[in-house]
Amino acid sequence: MTVLLQADNIAKHFGGIRALKDVSLTINAGEIYGLIGPNGAGKTTFFNVITGLYQRDGGDIVFAGQPLHVESPHEVTQAGIARTFQNIRLFAEMSALENVMVGRHLRSKGSVIGAMLRTPAVRAEEAAIKTKALELLAYVGIAGKAEVRAASLSYGDQRRLEIARALATEPKLLALDEPAAGMNATETAGLRALIEKVRADGTTVLLIEHDVKLIMGLCDRVAVLDYGEKIAEDVPAVVQKDPRVVSAYLGVPYEQ
Amino acid sequence: METFIQQLINGLTLGSIYALVALGYTMVYGILGLINFAHGEVVMIGALVALAVYKALAATLLPPLLILLVGLCVAAAVCMALGWAIERIAYRPLRNAPRLAPLITAIGVSIVLQQFAMLFWGRSYHSVPALLPDTSYDVLGARISAVQIVIMLAAAASMAGLIALVQRSKLGRAMRATAEKPEVAALMGVDANRIVALTFVVGSALAALAGVLVSANYSIAHYQMGFLLGLKAFTAAVLGGIGNIGGAVLGGVLLGIIEAMGAGYIGDLTGGVLGSHYQDIFCFLVLITVLVFRPSGLMGEKVSERA
Amino acid sequence: MYAQKKKIAGVALIGVALAILPFVIGMGFGNAWMRMLDFALLYIMLALGLNIVVGFAGLLDLGYIAFYAVGAYIYALLASPHFGLHWPLWAILPLGALVAGMFGMLLGAPTLRLRGDYLAIVTLGFGEIIRIFLNNLNAPINITNGPKGIAGIDPLAKNIEIFGYALHSLYLIYYLFVALALLIVVVTMRLEKSRLGRAWVAIREDEIAAKACGINTRNVKLLAFAMGASFGGVAGGLFAGFQQFVSPESFGLFESIMVLCMVVLGGMGNIPGVILGAVVLTVLPELFRQWAGPMQMALFGQTYIDPESMRLLLFGIALILVMRFRPMGLLPSSRRKAEFEHAAEEGVTS
Repeated sequence: MTVLLQADNIAKHFGGIRALKDVSLTINAGEIYGLIGPNGAGKTTFFNVITGLYQRDGGDIVFAGQPLHVESPHEVTQAGIARTFQNIRLFAEMSALENVMVGRHLRSKGSVIGAMLRTPAVRAEEAAIKTKALELLAYVGIAGKAEVRAASLSYGDQRRLEIARALATEPKLLALDEPAAGMNATETAGLRALIEKVRADGTTVLLIEHDVKLIMGLCDRVAVLDYGEKIAEDVPAVVQKDPRVVSAYLGVPYEQ
Repeated sequence: METFIQQLINGLTLGSIYALVALGYTMVYGILGLINFAHGEVVMIGALVALAVYKALAATLLPPLLILLVGLCVAAAVCMALGWAIERIAYRPLRNAPRLAPLITAIGVSIVLQQFAMLFWGRSYHSVPALLPDTSYDVLGARISAVQIVIMLAAAASMAGLIALVQRSKLGRAMRATAEKPEVAALMGVDANRIVALTFVVGSALAALAGVLVSANYSIAHYQMGFLLGLKAFTAAVLGGIGNIGGAVLGGVLLGIIEAMGAGYIGDLTGGVLGSHYQDIFCFLVLITVLVFRPSGLMGEKVSERA
Repeated sequence: MYAQKKKIAGVALIGVALAILPFVIGMGFGNAWMRMLDFALLYIMLALGLNIVVGFAGLLDLGYIAFYAVGAYIYALLASPHFGLHWPLWAILPLGALVAGMFGMLLGAPTLRLRGDYLAIVTLGFGEIIRIFLNNLNAPINITNGPKGIAGIDPLAKNIEIFGYALHSLYLIYYLFVALALLIVVVTMRLEKSRLGRAWVAIREDEIAAKACGINTRNVKLLAFAMGASFGGVAGGLFAGFQQFVSPESFGLFESIMVLCMVVLGGMGNIPGVILGAVVLTVLPELFRQWAGPMQMALFGQTYIDPESMRLLLFGIALILVMRFRPMGLLPSSRRKAEFEHAAEEGVTS
């Protein structure tokens, strides 16, 4: 099995608070990897460090065999990690189609001059961007909503659109921050099918979730964070029985 | 050395006035997140109203200090009403509009106020009578005038008053709550509209004071005096970290000193190539430099980008 | 196919209208109106440039007029007796666009981390810095001729005779301006519908999400500044040749605010809206100025309010009223309008 992302001793603190204490984990290519933990355990912080939104205070990240350069989020996206946000961040005034087209920015190269002259190359590229974006909308199941303003989409569709936009950057790793938050059972089931499809098509998935049932049913491997530390990392069946994980979730102090 | 002390005194005087005006900007910004572009004109109206009162009372043989106080009170009353009106006309109807819309209405109000003042008081510069004793004192070889002392004391006292108001009083608590989270404050029974209006009123009272002080300092008042003063004060508010009351005071005083030092030394520093007319560049350069290294101003909270 | 034909017909119609407009205006109302028409075209170019920065990328720029000043002074220095240079128009305009664009980058580079109103005040400061330099660069070496400005600038065009019929230079200038304004309109429209245009709007909508989409926000913002500035530079060069005189007075903060008002009043981000805003704010105040005096004379027998003051007063009132009743601008883009109505329906207050 090839390792896609290797994080070693990642540390991050905010003022005096150590949000991440030397967290190490390994994500293999082709798996669905879950990151869980009680509120405030540092999941989102870890996520933001990996995706370049926060600068880490210590540790190394190797992604796809290269040290990950995380000066700015766009470089991370360039390297092949795309993300969604816990509290959906779409371009509200743009249509669903345009949102996905923005996602193609990185994988296209039309220049200002090209756009002004509207050269054949630029026109062809523009058409390709649009085709690809429409494909992706169909892929996540909202083909009919291409011209709808992002802000007017239903909650579940907004989540799907955000995934389509992330996929448009052609990521090796798709990182989803609580994608099922606020969804009902039907929507969650649909989401689950979508994530499985993404993986089946060759994209590795990193998933942060509160919904333990979804994580346990979907993920190949799971890591558990508590108070900024990794307390377990294994297949769901094992993690589920780990006494430290149980106590972290139930609030019972774990004694050796 | 004397130049230094003298420019420091001048800078502190000027800075106190900037700070007073900057407080008005920063309070409104703190609560609405918007620039009150018309604030500089409120200062101008304050100065001209006070001047009208001085002229009306000049023949009454009242003691000059009393005339000054009456002028200040009338100016404050007019400006507070004006502040209230600005909020009602330019800001409240646009609470749900795009962010730039209230900026444009405020620019509109600013133009209207300026033209109104011009029609009322004319285009000419008015000399402001000296109502404070014309004495000055020797400090380490530099001169400090009674006017300068009064300006610094009055500014310091009103800033202390404002900080007490915001930190201690019920109104202040409501202001801070509204600035922090308007929806939650509303749920707690705070009437946000009233608080916003009062913020404008309080800021305008400070503007009136600033208008009276600045016209006393330069002995001159003019219908366009509010523009540059407002610009400088807004710069000061941003320099200190807009939305932060302490920051406005710090920014104002700093800007005043920087400007005075710039005016005093820029010629010597550049071997006479750049004269004192470059002092305005000085203040903007400092502002840009500060913001490059501290994008939220000197005392502004660092806005962390949250995902 | 039908839509295509309709579009061609529409373009042709606009073309014919623009071609005969000066004769209708000039013959019907005189040369003062022709000058106004030319000015309206200049302001259209300026407003479209600022619209890229403010309307598309959402960066509030209060010092935009500085780029207009840069363009104007470049023309003034290279085509006037001041240095004895007389470069041709076609050489100066691209140079003006280039230099103004570079100034745009220069302003953009240190300010990119700033957001919203911080950016506004820094751009404002930049505008003032440029103006102060223009005012004072007459010593030790006389470059800008200081507050007196530069006079005797080479005209853009001379009066000519066609078929024995005298044609005032204002007409030729009109066609030059129309051509360049149309060029800028086309370029703006193409940019809006391009990969970069989308990136600009994405940054305006949500900068963090834009970064997460792989957009190098720093470069893309710099590009917005540079593009907007270069339009300003072109308009500035034309202004200098049109007026044949430049002085720092023409490039104050009020001018920046005026252009911003055109963009916002017309309908930010919407090209037809911005054009409308520029035309309305050029023509209406001028009309007031021309009519305010005579009208007062006719009504009251004397002039109570001086026309210049009247113009500004009405301008201020107009800004308040338009924003009060059409907060999205006179001609908002349909998307923005829907957004606003949506928010209003839900009664969102913040």
